[in-house]
Amino acid sequence: MDVIEEAVGKVRLLRLSGRFDHATVQEFEGRLLPRLDDCHDGGEDSVAVVLDLSEVEYMSSVGLRVLMLAAKKCKAQNGVIAVAALGEQMREIFHISRFDMIFAVYDDRASAVAALTGAGT
Amino acid sequence: MLLRFWGTRGSLPVALSGQGVRDKVFAVLRQADGRSFASDAELNDFIENEVDFATSHGFGGNTSCVEFVGGENTVVCDMGSGLRELGQKIMVEHGPGVPRRYDFFMSHVHWDHIMGLPFFAPAYIPGNKIHIHGCHEVLEEAFRRQQSDPCFPVHWDQLAADITLDIIEPDRNYQIAGFNVSAVKQNHAGDSYGYCFELGGKRAVYSTDGEHTQESEAETQRYIDFLSGVDLLVFDSMYSMADMVSVKQDWGHSSNIVGVDLCHRAGVGHYCMFHHEPIYDDYALQKILDESIRYEEIMNPGKPLRVSMAYDGLELEV
Repeated sequence: MDVIEEAVGKVRLLRLSGRFDHATVQEFEGRLLPRLDDCHDGGEDSVAVVLDLSEVEYMSSVGLRVLMLAAKKCKAQNGVIAVAALGEQMREIFHISRFDMIFAVYDDRASAVAALTGAGT
Repeated sequence: MLLRFWGTRGSLPVALSGQGVRDKVFAVLRQADGRSFASDAELNDFIENEVDFATSHGFGGNTSCVEFVGGENTVVCDMGSGLRELGQKIMVEHGPGVPRRYDFFMSHVHWDHIMGLPFFAPAYIPGNKIHIHGCHEVLEEAFRRQQSDPCFPVHWDQLAADITLDIIEPDRNYQIAGFNVSAVKQNHAGDSYGYCFELGGKRAVYSTDGEHTQESEAETQRYIDFLSGVDLLVFDSMYSMADMVSVKQDWGHSSNIVGVDLCHRAGVGHYCMFHHEPIYDDYALQKILDESIRYEEIMNPGKPLRVSMAYDGLELEV
């Protein structure tokens, strides 16, 4: 499990890779949620967040729960968060769990960044 | 051990509407596509084998009531609206003249889990013995309040059967009605309890009305230990994962995929989804079942897990 951060202008890209299950979920939560502190509508210092899920090998319901915590945190701060580049299985899991009704889902990082550019300012 | 499902719906009984009936007739005629049938047997064969389950049968609308067959008496988990039909069957098969003993295990005493008792015919027959087991101190209060003015005209004390309330404790083993029984506490408003029944080396768990948030690994592990290696888990899969952790958080129920994940971790053999959301029609439930089977395929760690969905009338051999 890894969370790798990149910045593209005012968009923060967080690339998730590996397995997100009960063995890694605590670390995942600890590494993801603090990176959302500035995902708000507070002007110059705010960012929009894109979670790149292309390298997720496995995500069970405990991992999805952390994604929901992320969505709730950003919403409470009036911030914008989206997911991008879901592999075939993650796309299925998002549909089965109905998380595709919670998150804006983009086909790839570029389209997510393009859509969210400006959302963080 | 055999499980017989008399009620599988959550929260509130539901019935197929007139429009729902019409939609199913339409679907059958569409699937028949102009065919003719030489005999009733041929027609029945078509309905049984070619018409999809959601159309030809559906999942039913009675609330929680599951009979465990194989022990010494009539053993039943919860007294949802499905209990009425179980009482009718017993009256037809055995008649009112022969006293019988019944052992009920109560997950909790919310409305949808006790509403069947006032319509359970054996409760009105002298000589019958009804033992109600549960972990809630308020068991008797709940039943008395349900059968008192102004809610119901026949009061609790007017039930002619000999009724005994038996408060049991979770995390202990009991020998009741031929089964080895233990209970586990669950997260639900006012608490709920799941029950493990063991008979002849087989174990089946009835676990409804539990919100397994998985926020605490220690709490999750406690539940997994209870499920470890059981042959069958009947599980509250009422919501989608998204609903469970957002708009319906703290409503006391779990999701279909949480059930799959817990079964994988606990090495369960058969996962049976239960306590269906009343707003879902048969087609929505069939879709959720199909998706749950697919989720299990995606997430399977190696050991086979059978995934099914309970319906009123289902019998499962364990």
